[in-house]
Amino acid sequence: MSPSKTEHQLDARRLLCPLPVIRTQDAVAKLQTGEQITVISTDPGTKMDIPSWCRINGHEVKSIQESDNEIIITIEINHC
Amino acid sequence: MKQHKTQRKAVALISGGLDSMLAVKVIQKQGIHVEGINFFTGFCVEGHTHAIRKKHKDKQKRNNALWVAEQLGIKLHIVDVVDEYKDILLNPVHGYGKNVNPCLDCKTFMVKKAVQWLHEHDFDFIITGEVVGQRPMSQRRETMPIVAKDSGGNDLLVRPLSAQQLPATLPEREGWLDRDRLYDFSGRTRKPQMALAEQFGFTEYAQPAGGCCMLTDESYAIKLQDMWHNRPTREYELDDIIMLKMGRHFRLAPHLKIIIGREEGENNFMQGYKNQFVSIFPTSHRGALCLVDGEFHSDHERDTALALVARYSQGKNAPEVSLGIRQIDGSETQHSVTPMPAQAIKKEWII
Repeated sequence: MSPSKTEHQLDARRLLCPLPVIRTQDAVAKLQTGEQITVISTDPGTKMDIPSWCRINGHEVKSIQESDNEIIITIEINHC
Repeated sequence: MKQHKTQRKAVALISGGLDSMLAVKVIQKQGIHVEGINFFTGFCVEGHTHAIRKKHKDKQKRNNALWVAEQLGIKLHIVDVVDEYKDILLNPVHGYGKNVNPCLDCKTFMVKKAVQWLHEHDFDFIITGEVVGQRPMSQRRETMPIVAKDSGGNDLLVRPLSAQQLPATLPEREGWLDRDRLYDFSGRTRKPQMALAEQFGFTEYAQPAGGCCMLTDESYAIKLQDMWHNRPTREYELDDIIMLKMGRHFRLAPHLKIIIGREEGENNFMQGYKNQFVSIFPTSHRGALCLVDGEFHSDHERDTALALVARYSQGKNAPEVSLGIRQIDGSETQHSVTPMPAQAIKKEWII
């Protein structure tokens, strides 16, 4: 049984590209491999940019959800 | 002295355009490990407009620097320099270009930041996509050495696309890079870059030669200069420069500007500023939200603003439109006005 993931949340609502990515980048830098962070944003560009940032940095996007004009992305950190 | 290095490392300034993309590929092909760095000044073109305006909803929304990094398989470090950049914009040593673009100071600043990053992360040299003669200010044969010197990059700054036009840098002299496999591009023509892109198999890339900075945009520059001219100080915050990108701007008096949303996406975004600005909104008809930057010194100024907002509502041909004025504290007053006819809108109001 895998250990439970430590979860963190980042409110990036009303921030425009590329600030949600920058805030994600800065938050992830403080977390450990295996921890998870959920980013809530309103800029539709984050649907592409945050997964792209995760791919180039080796982090895993666990889920992307949209509701009420908010985009909710959960990332599992992997400081490879 | 650095020892036991098996692979040299370069940090590349990534704008998201073709030139920096090519520069990285050229260096990667020489076995160098490359990571990218991208600076957010607040004046990036693509992000804000696409995010705000609903009419752009069908356009692909992506950060080109991230996209380029992914195509190249490199890490990208995005650095928020909004605060530091204010001094570059407000006090450029080398002045402005055609609009309010401090290109030479800007490039020097970015290379300087990259030098700092390089030392902090134990990288060996810096690369940029600069091409001799490509840009009228920062990429001239006379100014490119200024960037290298003033930034502290000196001979650690490699411009792979124009390297053969420039003195050999340390990585070339030390044999980390083969100068013969660098390029000699110069001038404003894009043909060599296009040909190299084809050679590398790059079939998709963002608008060549950047063009990603609002400060080079005439319309934006006029709004920024108007803001500077009518405020006691040229100091600005990020919200100020974002606001200049949205809506129709009317300067009704030195102490009063109104911003009227152009469409639903902008109106929605501007709603978020209702606790920072007095706002005006039609109540009898659908229509645009208006933010008031400044204050009304008379009922006449207030009524002029109301009539303009009514003009941009669906009641523009109605005899009367009702509107609310919301104060920052949330209190509201109701008003009715005749929409302003198009011919009554003074040209000097329009920024």
